[in-house]
Amino acid sequence: MPAFGSFALLLALALSGYNLFAGAIALRQLATGARGHVSPERLAETARRAGIGSFFAVTCAAFALVWAAFTNDFSVSYILHHSNRALPGPYKFAALWSGQEGSLLLWAWLLAAYGFVLRIRHKVDVKLTAYASTILAGIQIFFLLLVNFAAPPFALVAGTVPQDGFGLNPLLQYPEMVIHPPMLYLGYVGFSVPFAFALGALMMRYPGEKWIHITRRWTMVTWLFLTCGIFLGAHWAYSVLGWGGYWGWDPVENASLMPWLTGTAFLHSVMMQEKRGMMKSWNMWLIFSTFALSILGTLLTRSGLVSSVHAFAESPIGTWFWAFLVIVLAVCLFTFILQRDHLKSEHKLESLVSRESSFLFNNLVLLAACFTVLWGTLFPVISEYVQGNKVTVGAPFYNRVAIPIGLFLLLLTGIGPILAWRSTSFKSIRKNFILPVVSFLVTAVVLIACGVRPWQGQGALYSLMAWSLGAMVVTAVGSEFLRGAGVISRHTGQNLFASIVQLTRRNTRRYGGYIVHFGVVVIFIGLAGSAFNQSQEQELSFKQSMRMGPYRLECQSYSQDTNANYDTEFALLDVYRGDKKITQLAPEKRFYQASQTTSTIVANHSTLAWDLYVVYAGKDPDSGQPIIKVFLNPLVAWIWIGVIIVILGTFVALTPNMTAAFAASRSRVPVGEAPAMAMSKGGD
Amino acid sequence: MRKLFRFSQVGLVVLLVVFTMGSADTAVRYNDLGHKMMCVCGCGQILIECNHLGCPDSDRELAELRTALSQGKGDTEILEAFQSKYGPTVLAAPMLTKFNLAAWFVPPVVLLLGIVGTIALVRKWKLRTVPMPAASQVHGFDRIRDQIRKETEI
Repeated sequence: MPAFGSFALLLALALSGYNLFAGAIALRQLATGARGHVSPERLAETARRAGIGSFFAVTCAAFALVWAAFTNDFSVSYILHHSNRALPGPYKFAALWSGQEGSLLLWAWLLAAYGFVLRIRHKVDVKLTAYASTILAGIQIFFLLLVNFAAPPFALVAGTVPQDGFGLNPLLQYPEMVIHPPMLYLGYVGFSVPFAFALGALMMRYPGEKWIHITRRWTMVTWLFLTCGIFLGAHWAYSVLGWGGYWGWDPVENASLMPWLTGTAFLHSVMMQEKRGMMKSWNMWLIFSTFALSILGTLLTRSGLVSSVHAFAESPIGTWFWAFLVIVLAVCLFTFILQRDHLKSEHKLESLVSRESSFLFNNLVLLAACFTVLWGTLFPVISEYVQGNKVTVGAPFYNRVAIPIGLFLLLLTGIGPILAWRSTSFKSIRKNFILPVVSFLVTAVVLIACGVRPWQGQGALYSLMAWSLGAMVVTAVGSEFLRGAGVISRHTGQNLFASIVQLTRRNTRRYGGYIVHFGVVVIFIGLAGSAFNQSQEQELSFKQSMRMGPYRLECQSYSQDTNANYDTEFALLDVYRGDKKITQLAPEKRFYQASQTTSTIVANHSTLAWDLYVVYAGKDPDSGQPIIKVFLNPLVAWIWIGVIIVILGTFVALTPNMTAAFAASRSRVPVGEAPAMAMSKGGD
Repeated sequence: MRKLFRFSQVGLVVLLVVFTMGSADTAVRYNDLGHKMMCVCGCGQILIECNHLGCPDSDRELAELRTALSQGKGDTEILEAFQSKYGPTVLAAPMLTKFNLAAWFVPPVVLLLGIVGTIALVRKWKLRTVPMPAASQVHGFDRIRDQIRKETEI
């Protein structure tokens, strides 16, 4: 099987190479009108088929690695170091991306899969797709070179093959780890597609904004995958690492956030290009940067350039990535300089108070946030270069610098949707802003009355701002829904809920976007709760209890257990609220025999108000009693609820609009009346 | 205009007060300083959040922090003492000294320059815009304009 896998990877490299060169020659011939022995159309078609073939070849290689994991083939060095006989099936599958070589193979496979879909759907626009396919083949070659020569996943063990493997990193032996990395990679890799279309469109001086329409779904789906990947990672960290938090501003976490921020900026600013023909160069560079940041993210994760708690981050392949990054940026810059006259805007901004300028500021703040994260991530390296010593740039830095930027962004989330395209009149501002501003002030006053004292610390101030701004955004977004639905309801007699559904179906993109904004607010509400986290640690013997907030935890027993994969120590704790027992929690600590490492399994009782988060911190060496650490983390559940709302909103935005005629036949509303009102403030 | 200026001055003072106020309670300071330092065992975790079973360093560091607080030392003094003992990486974020100032000030400056640049750009674009003809007095013009906007989606 290892030989089969290695051969499949070499074949994939050859096919991708053919795809790139034949595709490039065909496109050159089409551009110049030159003719060779084979017509450019036929040559391009062979290139497309080679691209499809490379997908099957990489699939075979990925299958071979998974097969090796499932059959305990420890002659493969990668399997020896990332699996063992007792490892449960799903984690053997997860071994595919738990180490460097495997995760690069996953990158290559996902890229090939995206390329496969793109090449199958090539009839949307044959020529543009040919450009995109050729560019994707170039990216594919880089990753195939890596897995063939720099980090081969099928390298064999020298000498005697051990009977058992060293096992999978215990931190990765958690159900979310089977989903989180592929999701994140689907996000990272997915941005290659809009990048390829953008670069292709620029190379061929593609007229109009059609390339954006073609790539819109790709971009949104990719963005959704990345969003899910980031939050699954946060949930994994919360459930496994046992420190009571979900985001530690680790360089590897930051690496995933940066392309998400620029991708979000791109999703907003393309609307200006679609509707007003503006910001063409800006959008081009946004998608270039997003792709470059995806590569930089992989570089940071894989090269060990920056210190990270992620143990897999040490390797010499950084040079390859730097070289690739330089080539990518050089190609982008060269193409941009050559074709920049093609990107002239058709319109200019007419007012500082308009939907366009809100998008502009939204982009600015998102990029500032991205720059802050990048700056914080790379500053230790810069410091070492300039001062000769490394510094740590951790949570205190980001809390002070990045959170205010995030709050500014939250403010724009509320302001943007209620501004009109082109220019907003003072009358309109007064009409649309009074309610949200009142909502902001009322919420702030109520919160202060309830005991949130902004003068008692930075955390409380930020929380107050986040919740008050959240109320403002919800009011702004809610009033947009109600205003449109009210018109439909008046004309059809439908109830308000049915009217909201119909309104949303008529302009899924606009109202789906609002649902996403609503989800973002809910996430912010949850994040702001962290300022009020409480924790305490106590030795807890049999029948002894400890208090945390409204809860009392009573130790019922503590014991040990063992299975083929790990030994475990755990405590059984009855949780009471008043006199009523509400649940039993069993936090544990595992010792994995194969890797000789420990891992925490947190017990969590989650409600909408707070999480009772319990960690088994180990035994006191002197008394032999278990040490229990308890956290009371307010509002954490809202973060995960917010993510679900974001996912739903994105799905709504991806759904095609109900046609006007169909809507009219269903509702008897004069077609366009409700949207007409909305159109006075723009279509999105 | 003068009123607006005065209001913004008051607002600035309030903001400064809010940002600089903090509780001097020892437990709060312990928690606060514990979050400003790293565990030196190499786990990459914030000192007070380090949860390694049998961590060789976090208990010792936390004990040193408690001792320093009980001796009545100031926050900066404690942070500097830790930095000189364990090296600059013991601080979870760089102190405001020499080159490290750049870590703190570059991002806000970039954002500020971006905002100023954007405003300047919009104003430049606005000045260049060809003046729009006055609104027509034709009967039903508003309805037609709304129809056009609806159909062209602008």
